[in-house]
Amino acid sequence: MKKQYFNPDDLKKFGDITEHQKELGEKFFEYYGSVFKDGALTMREKSLIALAVAHTIQCPYCIDAFTTGSLENGSDEEEMMEAVHVAAAIRGGASLVFSVQMMDHAKKMSM
Amino acid sequence: MGVKQRTKSLRAKNSQLSDTFYQLKVLKKGVEPGNGKGFAPFDQKLAGHNIQSLRPDGIEIFQLNIGKLCNQTCSHCHVDAGPDKRDEMMTREDLETCLEIIEKHKIPTVDITGGAPEMHSEFRWFVRECYKLGAEVMARCNLTIIVANKKYHDIPEFYRDHKVKVVSSLPHFSDKRTDSQRGDGVFGDSIKALKMLNEVGYGKEDSGLTLDLVYNPTGAYLPGSQATLEREFKRKLKRKFDVDFNNLYAITNQPISRFLEYLIHTDQYESYMEKLINAFNPSTVEGLMCKYTLSVSWDGYIYDCDFNQMLDLKVDAPGQHISEFDPETLAGRKIITGQHCYACTAGAGSSCGGEISE
Repeated sequence: MKKQYFNPDDLKKFGDITEHQKELGEKFFEYYGSVFKDGALTMREKSLIALAVAHTIQCPYCIDAFTTGSLENGSDEEEMMEAVHVAAAIRGGASLVFSVQMMDHAKKMSM
Repeated sequence: MGVKQRTKSLRAKNSQLSDTFYQLKVLKKGVEPGNGKGFAPFDQKLAGHNIQSLRPDGIEIFQLNIGKLCNQTCSHCHVDAGPDKRDEMMTREDLETCLEIIEKHKIPTVDITGGAPEMHSEFRWFVRECYKLGAEVMARCNLTIIVANKKYHDIPEFYRDHKVKVVSSLPHFSDKRTDSQRGDGVFGDSIKALKMLNEVGYGKEDSGLTLDLVYNPTGAYLPGSQATLEREFKRKLKRKFDVDFNNLYAITNQPISRFLEYLIHTDQYESYMEKLINAFNPSTVEGLMCKYTLSVSWDGYIYDCDFNQMLDLKVDAPGQHISEFDPETLAGRKIITGQHCYACTAGAGSSCGGEISE
């Protein structure tokens, strides 16, 4: 048996999280199902957002699930890659914006 | 002739899958009735929802596969059509028999498919005769045939003059995804052909000329919401190419023929079947196309649907050939089902007219 933290087959067992806390687990799935329905945003748009978030939180299950979800809803690789760049830009920007603090602090500490 | 070859036919490749018995054997693999392991047999799944067997409701659509000759060899083609299929073409005599059946039994819609049906030498004559009978004629046009050779350039006008409803495959609004399934250059030629159809009025408001597109996934996944896909296709095709169409049909790929070969080759057969079975939706059953369609093969045999035709599962009734056509015995038949039927009942369902239930 392979020793690894992430097993792709575990995604199929996601539903099992209701096992020790049925009520909360079921509430979560009900909420989850509602979130991904067509609303003010389409399922296609929601899948692309989810794909970008999946890359930000680096969740391999979510990346598999929402790559499939994006394809199912008609997105292509170009759109999916752009969505990942949005995540990367925000993530990179979030680091870079802290450089203002660094610069301020450096200024304060310098003659 | 501009031939677009993404692959070769299973026969040309000497693949075991060119034998329908072998395909059925693959589909039966992993089926372990009753013990909860493996894939549940389709009939058992139906029975679990109190559906004992599928029976026809009537004959609204007479779907004719008039030949397997095609200028394309798409990687997912369930017909295994291609340029090498010159011999599998319906005879004039059988086409005449079909006309007699359409007239005598007042079948409202004739759905002509192939291959590229336009490549059949009797195609135009047959469409004219159906038109004279007052039947609604649908032609499943692969689009590229219109620009493949000068002799097909007037197809849009011919379709317009006979009020043919055009149903065309375009699996994606991106060239890469379309060409990866249908062959290099198919997307560009399809756009040219769509513009030619638009020019004579197809897909335009108030023209009365219908141009519907067929979307199918370009890989081992299920189609998403038909409405969402249609909205996106309309937006993208209009913005990028100024192309209009009426409706988009989202169709699930059947795990048979060349798509089955792709699934096996990429080691995705089991996971794809799991997806189909897990997405089984009993509310699709009443609207399945086999309940109101009859499918006829190039050699005149009758099937419950196009997919049963490709697996050579002829109707379970006496008189399996159009020369013995008897609507009464056909009406009493039990529709033949198998593991491939899961593709039509997954999610929102799938038929030659797209989604079945929302």
